[in-house]
Amino acid sequence: MKQEQHTPYKKRSQMQEIARRFVRNKQAVVGLIMLMILILAAILAPVIAPYDPLKQDLLHRLKAPSAEHIMGTDELGRDIFSRILYGARISMTVGLIAVSISCVTGCVLGAIAGYYGGMLDNVIMRASDILMAIPSILLNISIVAALGSGLQNVMIAIGISSIPGYCRIMRASILSLRDQEFVEASRAAGAGSFYIIYHHILPNCLAPLIVQATLRIGSAILSCASMSFIGLGIVPPTPEWGAMLSSGREFLRDAPHLTTFPGLAIMFAVFAMNLMGDGLRDALDPKLKN
Amino acid sequence: MTKYILKRLLMLIPVMLGVIVIVFSLLYITPGDPIDSLLGDDATPEAVEQMREQLGLNGGYFQRLFSYIKNLLHGDLGICYATKQPVMDRLMQTFPNSLKLAGLAVFLSVIIGLTMGIISAVKQYSIFDNIAMALAMVGNAMPNFWQGLLLMLLFALHLHWLPATGFTTWKHMILPAATIGTSSAAAIARMTRSSMLEVIRSDYIVTARAKGQSELLITVRHALKNALIPVVTTIGMQFGHLLGGAVLTESIFAVPGVGKLMVDAIKARNYPVVQGGVLMIALGYSLVNLLVDILYAYIDPRIRSQYK
Repeated sequence: MKQEQHTPYKKRSQMQEIARRFVRNKQAVVGLIMLMILILAAILAPVIAPYDPLKQDLLHRLKAPSAEHIMGTDELGRDIFSRILYGARISMTVGLIAVSISCVTGCVLGAIAGYYGGMLDNVIMRASDILMAIPSILLNISIVAALGSGLQNVMIAIGISSIPGYCRIMRASILSLRDQEFVEASRAAGAGSFYIIYHHILPNCLAPLIVQATLRIGSAILSCASMSFIGLGIVPPTPEWGAMLSSGREFLRDAPHLTTFPGLAIMFAVFAMNLMGDGLRDALDPKLKN
Repeated sequence: MTKYILKRLLMLIPVMLGVIVIVFSLLYITPGDPIDSLLGDDATPEAVEQMREQLGLNGGYFQRLFSYIKNLLHGDLGICYATKQPVMDRLMQTFPNSLKLAGLAVFLSVIIGLTMGIISAVKQYSIFDNIAMALAMVGNAMPNFWQGLLLMLLFALHLHWLPATGFTTWKHMILPAATIGTSSAAAIARMTRSSMLEVIRSDYIVTARAKGQSELLITVRHALKNALIPVVTTIGMQFGHLLGGAVLTESIFAVPGVGKLMVDAIKARNYPVVQGGVLMIALGYSLVNLLVDILYAYIDPRIRSQYK
C-alpha cells in the first residue's frame, strides 16, 4: 500500500503570519528601511552631524554642495545637512506625538459613542462632523493662531484636527463588535463596560487603527512643515524642514539647494510612512488587498 | 430625492453653527489685541476705547458670540480691520479667484487622475502601470508648497514660459492649479485603478467580452460607470484638500484668493476676516460633499432607489 506523504504543517501564530505577509511585500520593506534610516538619523543626529545646526558662518553663506558641506550652506552659513538631520528629530517627534494625541482621544470618544450609543453618540458624532467640515490645514492654522507658535502647540493643533478620523474608525468597529457572542458572553459573566472594551473589543479593531496611525504620521509631518512654511508653525532658528524651505525660497534662483534638500527630506519621510501604512494594511487585513 | 436634499441642507445648519462657535472661540482666546496693530503705540486711551466700541470688541464671550451670529444672519461678517471694508466685500473680491483656481485644479486632477487610473487598470503590471503608480505615490508624498517652488523655478525662472506670480491672465493660473491639483490627481489615479481592477474581474464584464464587445466599449460603458462611486467620493474628499492646499499655494504664487487673504489676516490678527474665510470655505466644503452624495444617485440607480 502506498504511503501517503503529508507536507509538514508548520503552525504560525497570528503575529508571525502578519510579519510574513509584511516581509513578502517589497514596498512595505522599502518603507520600513526608509523609516529605520529616518529614525537612526533622528537619534544619531548629534553624532552624525558634522556641524552645529545653529552655528552661523557668514563668510560661507549660500555655498553650493561640496565635500566640506555635502548639502551646502544656507543664507546664514549654517550647514544644511546638519540641519536636515536635526530636523528629522522634530518631524518624527511631531508625527508621533500628534498621532498619539489624536489616536488616544479619538479612540476613547469613538468607543464611548459606539458602545453607549444614544445621546452621547449623537453629541460626539455631531462634534466630529463639525471638526470635519473645516479643512484640516485651516483648523490647524486657527488653533496655532489661538495657542501661539511653537513645537508643543503645533503638535496639539495637528492632534486635535485628526481626532474625527480615529473617532469614526473606532465607533464603526465597536458597532460591528458590540453585539457579537463573545462580547455578550463576557457581559453575561459580569464584566464591566471598560473591561469589555479594553480586553475584548479593542484588540479586535486594532488593525484599522494601526494603519490609520501610520498613514497619519506622514500627514502630520506634512502639516507641520506646511504651517512652518507660512510662518505659523515652528519658528526659526529651530531646524524644521518646512521653515528651512520657507526661508530658502528667497534664494530660489541663485541657490536652489536651500529648498531642494528640505523638500526631499519631507518627501522621504512622508513616502516612508505611506509605504509602511500601505504595507501594514495589506499585512493586517488581507481582505482589503484581495 | 428633493426631500433628501432638503434634509441634508437642514442638517448643514447645526454643523455651520458649530463651525462658527469653534472658530469664534479659537480667535476669542487668541492672545494679542488687534487694536494695538490698528492704532499703534501712540494711540490715546479714548481713541482705543472708541475703536473698541466701534468694532464691537467690548463685552464678554457670549455677548460677542451672539452679536456675531445675529449680524451673520443679516449677512454682516464684520469689518476688516486692515481696510475698514466689510469682510463680505473682501471675501467676494477674493473668492472668485480661489474658485477659478480650485475649478481648474479639479479639472486637471480629474482628467489626469482618471486617465492614468483607467490605463493602469486595463494594462495592469505593464510599464505604464508601474510608472504611473510610482508617479502617483511620489505626487502623494510631495509637499505641494515645494512642488510649487520647483515649478516656479523651472517654468518661470529658467524657461520663462509662464509668469511666476500674480493673477491677471489665464497663464497665471496654470502653475498654481498644477501645484494644487497634483496630489489630488495622484489620489484619484490610485483610487480609479483599484476600483477599476475590482470591477473588470466581475462576471458581467466577462459576459460582455464573451459577447464580442470591444475593449473600449467594455471599459467605458460597463466598467468605468460601476467603478465611479469610490472615485467620486475621492474627488469630493480632494476638494477639501484643494481648498486647504490653496492656502499655501496662493501665498507662494501671490494669488489674491481667500487662502492668501486668510494667511495675511492671521498674521495681522485681523479676526473677522479669518472667521469669515473659514466659514466660507467650510460652507463650500460641506456643499461639495452634499453634491457628491447627490451625484451618487445619478451614477448608481441602486442608491437612487434608497433616496425615494
